[in-house]
Formats: sequence, structure tokens, C-alpha cells
Amino acid sequence: MGSYVLRRVLQMIPVFFGTTLLIFVMVYSLPGDPVTALFGDKAADPAVVASIKHTYYLDQPIWKQYLHYMGNLFQGDFGTSFTGRPVSDIMADAFPVTIRLALMAFVFEMVLGLALGVLSGLKRGSIADTLVLILTLVVISIPVFVLAYIAQTVFATNLGWVTPTVQDSYDLTQLVLPATVLGSLSLAYVARLTRTSIGENLRADYIRTAVAKGLPRRTIISRHLLRNSLIPVVTFLGTDLGALMGGAIVTEGIFNVQGIGNVLYRAINQKEGPTVVGIVTVLVIVYLVASLLVDLLYAVLDPRIRYA
Amino acid sequence: MPDIHDEDSYEPHPKPGVSHLDYAGEQGMAVEQETLVERDPVKREEARSLWGDAWRDLRGRPIFLISAVLILLLVVMAIFPWAFTDTDPRKADLVNDYLRRPNWGDVFGGGWFGYDAQGRSIYARVIYGARASITVGIFVTAAVTVLGGLTGMVAGYFGGAVDAVVSRITDIFFGIPLLLGALVLLNAFATRTVWSVVIALGVLGWTQIARVMRGAVLTVKQADFVVAGRALGAGTGRLMFRHILPNAIAPVIVVATIALGGYIATEATLSFLGIGLQDPTISWGIDISSAQKVIRTAPYVLFFPAAALSVTVLAFIMLGDAVRDALDPKLR
Repeated sequence: MGSYVLRRVLQMIPVFFGTTLLIFVMVYSLPGDPVTALFGDKAADPAVVASIKHTYYLDQPIWKQYLHYMGNLFQGDFGTSFTGRPVSDIMADAFPVTIRLALMAFVFEMVLGLALGVLSGLKRGSIADTLVLILTLVVISIPVFVLAYIAQTVFATNLGWVTPTVQDSYDLTQLVLPATVLGSLSLAYVARLTRTSIGENLRADYIRTAVAKGLPRRTIISRHLLRNSLIPVVTFLGTDLGALMGGAIVTEGIFNVQGIGNVLYRAINQKEGPTVVGIVTVLVIVYLVASLLVDLLYAVLDPRIRYA
Repeated sequence: MPDIHDEDSYEPHPKPGVSHLDYAGEQGMAVEQETLVERDPVKREEARSLWGDAWRDLRGRPIFLISAVLILLLVVMAIFPWAFTDTDPRKADLVNDYLRRPNWGDVFGGGWFGYDAQGRSIYARVIYGARASITVGIFVTAAVTVLGGLTGMVAGYFGGAVDAVVSRITDIFFGIPLLLGALVLLNAFATRTVWSVVIALGVLGWTQIARVMRGAVLTVKQADFVVAGRALGAGTGRLMFRHILPNAIAPVIVVATIALGGYIATEATLSFLGIGLQDPTISWGIDISSAQKVIRTAPYVLFFPAAALSVTVLAFIMLGDAVRDALDPKLR
């Protein structure tokens, strides 16, 4: 187990550097000069541009910029945005909001998705099963931003239960609607995955054995069926936490949640390189740690999987 | 689109007692079937290929038929939009007030679905918008299938150090969320066309296919017919493309079909955010985005492009579902 974790962590290192380098190159070496863009329509004074570029290390070749950035990163310095505010400051404001939003969406999709999946998987061909299938298909095919507008129109404009946009991003009750919209797509996937997985396992020999032993239905479902059916679902959920935070770009924009999605969108549009790289770097770390945890969870769920 | 399919759950289904040649091509198969029918109907059953089997299964599925008809209609709409409407989708005439409700009597006419805030016919724009979505969907899928398929094939076939390096590169690209990466890449294009979107999504989207392909190749590589092929002196290229590829492609086709709908949705999201397609390209995403301003007073301005987009995505996902069920008998 220990050596497996070590090997996985070692594998993560090149992926971490590769992904951050990729995003770094995408942000800094593609056409479009962020410094001249700062001046808007006015003609920029070449001396001022050169001095700003020097301050932000932009006059160096890209690999030097990257090494410089990484060197600072390992000292906990995410750099400074072009507005002069430290990127870590910007992230400290925005990340708590998005983490809450993503966690709420995550709990929502996990609880409801599993429940719907188990329900339809156990009763294949029933009305409930057909309903779940149709409902999930509809949710999957409606793009998130359309779903957000539908939710806004129904719950805010027509029913008046909530305000159309979030007034206070730190108020959890206001985040319920955005979180539901954010988690709905993954909810549909979780439900469908669980359904398929349960359907496959229902026919397995160990279930027949459990039934033959006379175990109560509840025990068979929770101990035997569910535990074995969860592996593909856990894989999906693990990679989804990172995806939720990245996917928050659309939801946060429509509901005016002041999280990283909003900050990131603005930063990309204004070519705010340091902010974009900083946020994406954190997202990559979240993704890497989550996929490591998923691999470790496999061994808990299925004792046959051992990491020597 | 997130990876909803456990790559391990796709295994090719080599049938015992059937040589690899029988899988290799449908055309050769058909001839063989014809002759067998006359001689011995029982044998015909045994020799049916995975593809023949899947096709037989698909033809009987209502979901497949519905989605196939829808997709066919959308493709025709994308190629010949003028066959569906006489109205110019770019003609803005403020005489056409967007607050006037859709005129249901005006079937196939400019005012059928009403007009948008700039007085353009929503019906015509919905029809002409199909082209951008379908083009992006098909070309991105083709690009990621070739790119990811080759990468996965190389990683799975050669194994060892090659696999380690290629798989890490795949991991690196997989770590960047598609939408975020596409936003950053597309921001570099001063003018963005359908092709810039295809390039951005293609460069970032191939990893899922590569992983699925690698998994399938790893399984097929062990099969007896590959060993036999190698023993008979088949070269690397022949083994890869004539023996392994036809038997490992099934899960890739399934994932690619489902992903196609996802790419269409991603293009619409990018256009909606203002970093995807630009005017004068007609895109449902742009139309939904501009409908935001009038959503309270005229929800139908948003409804029709949104419905067209959803139905298109739905059609491709249903097609993918049906193909998966047909190719993977384990799920039946």
C-alpha cells in the first residue's frame, strides 16, 4: 500500500509540471499582448510597456518565466495580478465561495444520483426506471446555461422563492439554486452509471449466493450489491469535484456568484495571465489529489484490489 | 463531457471458434454469409460478425431509429438550410417587433417562431444555426478520434516505456478541464471561426478516446489471432491496423458518438460566453446569449434556439446509447 501511494505520488509530479507548463504556455505565448491591452485604445508608451514587462518577468523567454514562476510557487507566492493585487489574495476571496458551491453540488448529485440510480437499477423496466431514464436524458441534453435560465425563470421570476441572482455569496441558502443547477448534469451521469452498474451486478453469482443464504434484502443491497456497484460511480465522482469547480464558470456567471469561476472568466477575457495560471494550477492540484484518493478508495470498496 | 464510461467495461467480444478474418471487414463478411445461407442456415448464425450483430440489433431499436432520423434531418439542414426557409437569417428589420408573439399560422414563414430583439426571424436563425453546431460536432469528433485513437494505439501496442511516456502526456492534457482550456486557447484568436473552435476542442479533447483506445488495445493485444499474426510474420503496421484496430474500435466509436453531443454543447457554451463563434456566423449559442436581455418579456426568443440545441445534443446522445447497447451485449 505504502509503496503504491509513493509510486502514484511520483507519477503525479511530471503530470503536475506538464499541466502547469501547458497552461503557462497557453496563457503567455499565444498572440495578444496583455500589457498593451492594459492601455486600451490609447497608444502605449514603449518605455512604460517595457518596464511593466520587466516587473512581471514578461521580457524573459517563456521557459525562464516558467522556472521563475515555479520557484515562487513553491515558496507559496502565486505572483501578482496586473492590477497589483497578489493572486493568492484574489483566490483567498473567491475559493471559499466556489468550494462551498461545488461541495453542495457534489452532495446533491451524490445523494440524489445514487438514490435514483439504485431505484431504477433495482426495478428495471418499471415506470420509475423509465422516468429516471427519460429525466436524466433530458438533463444531459439541455446545456447548463439553458438549465440555469429555466431555473431562474421558474424559481425566481414565476414562483418568487429566491432572488434571480445571488446577493450574498457567503449565504449558503442563496447558493442552493446555483448548486442544484451546477450538479444536475453530473447527477444524471451518477444515476445512469449506478443503474447500469447495479443491473450488471444483480445477475452476479455472489448475489444469488446471498439470496440463497437467506440474508435480508436490505443487507444484500447495502453490503453486497451497492458496495460492488459503486466502483465506476466513485471513479466518476472523484474526477467530478474538479470538474464542478471548473464548470462553475457558467453557473457562477449567470447567478452572479462571486467565486473563482467569475474571477477566472474575467481574468481570461482581460488576459490577466498571473490570475489565470494561479487558479488553474490550484484546480489541477485538486484534480490530481482527487484522482489519487479515488484509486485508494478502490481498495476499500473492493478488497480484491490490493496495492502491493 | 466527463468520462462516464469505465474504460475497462468495454471489452471486445471475440467469439470462440471464429477466426479474426471474420471480424475484419463487413464486406468480406457479407459475401461469406450469402454462400453460407444456401449451404447451412445454422452456420450463418455462428459466423455473424460483431458489426453485423450490432447492426441487426440497432435496426430494431426505436431509439436508434428516432435519433438517426433526427440526425439525418439536422445534417440536411446544415447542408441545405435554404431548403427549409426563404427568409434571410441575417436580415434585421425592426418592423418585426420581438414582443409580438410567434405567429403559429405562419408555418415555415419568417414569423413562425417570432422575431428576435433585432427583428431577425428566429425560425430562419434556428435553421441556419444547425450548420455551425453540426460542423463543430463532426469535425471535433473526427479530430479527437484520429488523434486519441493513434495515441492510445501506440501506448497500448508498444507498452513499456513508450506507454509510460504517452500515458503521462495524456494525463497532462486530461488535467486541464475542456471548457477552461478552450476559453484560454480561443482567447488568442482575434477572429474566431468554426475552424478555430474545432482546433481548440480537438487539441484538448482527445484524451478520453486515447484512454479508451489504450484499454481496448491492451485487451485485444493478448488475443490468439494477434499472436498468430505475428508468428506468420505480419509487420507492426499490419498487426496494428488490420488485426488489432478492427477489434478495438468498438468502445471508441461508442465514446466518440456520445462525446459528439458534448462537443456541440461545449461550442454553444463557448459562444454563449462570448469566446466561441462570432457574428456573422449563426450559432444557437450566440442567439441564446443575446436572448438573455429580453428573457423576461420574450422568453420564446431564448426558447427556440435552446430547444434546437437540446434536441441536437439529445439525438447524438441517444444514438451513442443505442450503439453502446448494441455493441456491448453485457449491458443488455
